[in-house]
This record gives sequence, structure tokens and C-alpha cells, in this order.
Amino acid sequence: MHAPDGFVNAPTSIAAGVVAAAGIAVCLRKAREELDDRTAPLAGLVAVYVFAAQMLNFPVAGGTSGHLLGGTLAAVLVGPFTGALCVSVVLLVQAVLFADGGLTALGLNISTMALATVLIGYPLARFLLRVRIPLAVSSGIAAGVSVVGASLTFVLFYALGGTTEVALGTVTAAMVGVHALIGIGEGLITALTVGAIAATRPDLIHLNRSLAPTPVEV
Amino acid sequence: MSGHHGLYRPGSSVLHRLPAQVKLVAALLAVLAVVAAPRHQIWVFGCFAAVVGVLVATAGIPPRLMARRLLIEVPFLGFALLLPFVAQGERTEVLGLPLSIEGLWSAWELIATATVGLSLSVLLASTTSLPEILNGLQRLRLPALLVQIMSFMVRYTDVVAGELRRMRIARESRGFEARDIRQWPIVARGAGTLFVRCFERGERVHLAMLARGYEGRMPMGDASGAPWSAWATGLSLPVLFGLLALTARA
Repeated sequence: MHAPDGFVNAPTSIAAGVVAAAGIAVCLRKAREELDDRTAPLAGLVAVYVFAAQMLNFPVAGGTSGHLLGGTLAAVLVGPFTGALCVSVVLLVQAVLFADGGLTALGLNISTMALATVLIGYPLARFLLRVRIPLAVSSGIAAGVSVVGASLTFVLFYALGGTTEVALGTVTAAMVGVHALIGIGEGLITALTVGAIAATRPDLIHLNRSLAPTPVEV
Repeated sequence: MSGHHGLYRPGSSVLHRLPAQVKLVAALLAVLAVVAAPRHQIWVFGCFAAVVGVLVATAGIPPRLMARRLLIEVPFLGFALLLPFVAQGERTEVLGLPLSIEGLWSAWELIATATVGLSLSVLLASTTSLPEILNGLQRLRLPALLVQIMSFMVRYTDVVAGELRRMRIARESRGFEARDIRQWPIVARGAGTLFVRCFERGERVHLAMLARGYEGRMPMGDASGAPWSAWATGLSLPVLFGLLALTARA
């Protein structure tokens, strides 16, 4: 869920905005290295993908359903920098064009949902894959953990400048509790999706390529 | 690119005519002022709401439509309503329920700031067309590459949503019905296919751009600067909100 305006105070909102801007700047530079002049169309289409994948309903039970958040999935598929960039663009577009998520909370939302998610999810997925856990399982576990990790980042911002008088312990417990459940769903969906792509186009998955032995130049 | 997106409503009011970069800056600063306003001065939020009401009327957005667009914050309201029960501090009795006084203030502040902030976001999105927003972001010195990615995203959203819809129809015409978690592998296969299609479309688009002479920059529309009078008009809103917040703090 996107944080609205007023969840954290003005100085914290601005600080989160600075963190987000710096993160996006790094991602822009690195994504250009990853994709070259294909950056604009490819990152654009991956951003659409994240946006559209969030619209896919995964039924849970009794008429309720959940959906993908997609941070770790994007990082596994197209690389950490492009992935974080794409999720940031989705959040930016949602805030400016669809009024989803507050304008002053944009920095907070990008810092937690795009940057922290990828920063936790991608290295973890890479590590798990390296210790010979299958790609889909690695991605799923990393995605689940990254959701909980991102919620803890949110708690960190809340501790810095939350506007409500709820004890930090209560907030942490509630956030981690709810996001553990969301994380299980996210992990399952991510694992299934990565598995489906690996079955048809394994060459497209960035994490696969990044660990493959580099071809010898002749 | 039609220039029509989610919330945009064409019109010719003062708010529609202001350059997008002015509106973006004005909205952001105004919401910051709202966030900074002290919660115990209820009147100041009344003033914010009144000004927003005048702006909504000026932009010609029907109040019912505005109300429907505010529904996006409903899940969040549920959270705000929990606050008086879980917050610490002195308690008071309301209808026999022991509620935290600080929690009540927190809930009030969250709902008030989130609603005013959301209203301003909706106003911005309702009165600014898509190319205008992209031009405005570019005028505000957002990196050109970021604006390009945004423009691609927005341009292909309808195409990809259509693809998603056709895949759903194909599944359902074969008797598929998503009831519970056992159907997840199938839905996820759809998500996987969608990725492959999006990525391949990205590659095709890139090749098509190269064929048309793309060299790393896009011909963006003429993003002319805003006259100072437009800035003065637009920034009067955050200045007003800032003064209100300061008065309330004093």
C-alpha cells in the first residue's frame, strides 16, 4: 500500500525525497551501462510490465485476492539497477497521474518499495542461487524476505519522523506481521512467475546471465 | 498518444491553463505546508479544505467525481481509525470506549492531511494532460532519460493492458476460473508470458526507433518556459498554505 501524505513529518519527507533522488540517479547511470541506448524503450516496457502485473489478481479465498508488488521480480528479470528504476518510475507515475500515494510521500514510497526492496532482494537471490538453490526458489525466498525488509525500512522512517503516538514496538510488530503474510504471497507469485519465464526464455533472466560463465573473447 | 489518461478531464479553466511545471511545484509545496501544519488547530485544516473546494469548483470537477476519486484512501482510513485504540497516553471515554487522546489527534491529523494532499493530487492529475506533465517534468530538470522511460511506460500501458485482457479472455474461454490458491501457477504463467511479451516488444520498439534515426534522444514537444505571471499565480497557493500553517503554529 502506498503511504499517503502526512504519515511522516515534513523534514523526514524531504530527507526521504533526497534518498530517493540519489538512488534514482545511481540507477539511471547504472541502467544505462546495463542497457545502453536500449534503456528508454526497454526500461519503459519493463515499467509497464510491473504496472500491469500489479493488476493481475491472485485469488486467495472467499473472494479476496492479492497482487504482486514486483520489486525483487523486476530486479531478478532485468537487473538490480534497471529493476529499481522501473519500480520507481511506476511509483512516480502512480503519484503524479493517478493520485495514488501522496506527493510528499513519494520519496518515502520510492525509498522503501523500490530501493530497499531491490537492495535486499537482489543480493539475497544472487546468494541463494550461488549456493545452488534453484533459480525460482531463490527468487521467491528473496522476494518474500524483501517485502518484510522493506516494511522494516518504513518503520525506520517512521521512527525518525512518524506523526502518530503509537509505540515503535507496536508499529514494528504490526508492520512485520502483516508484511510476513504479504511476503509469503509475494514469494510464491515471484517463484511461479520466474519459473514460468525460465521454462520458455531462460536467456532473458538477468540473474541467470549474471552468474553464467562469461564467454571467452576470440 | 492520445493525451488522455486515468484522471484527466479536458477543460479551459485557470487551472487547466497553468503550465504543468508550475502546477507540479505548487502542489508539492502546498502539500508540504499541509503536512507541516499543527494538528491541534482544527480551523487551519478547515481553511485548507475551503481553498481546495474553491479550486475544485474553478476546475469544473463535479463534486461526486471528486468524492469517487478520494475513495482510493479508504484502506488507509481503516488504519487511521485503529489509532485511538492502539496509541499510548491519556485515555478518554467515548461512547463507553477508552480511547487514547493522542491517538484521536493522530487519527484526525492523518485523515485531514491525507485527504487534503490527495485532493490536491487529484486536482493536478485532473487538470493536466499527459504530454503536459512530461514536458513539465522535463522543464523541472528531471533527467531526460527518466522522462523518456516515463513516456514509454505511459504510452504502452493501454497496449499491455489489452494484452493482459486478451490473455484473460483466452484462459476463460478454455474454461479457466481463478477461485483460490491452487490456480496460482496458471495465473503466474500468464504473468511470465506477459513479461516475455513486454520485453520483446521493448526490443522491437528499440529497433523501430533505430530505423527512424534514434540516437539516444527523443524529440520532445516544445517545452517553453512559464511566464513569471504563471509562476506568481501558481505559487500563490503554497504561499497561502504556508502562511496559514505559520499562523496556526504561532
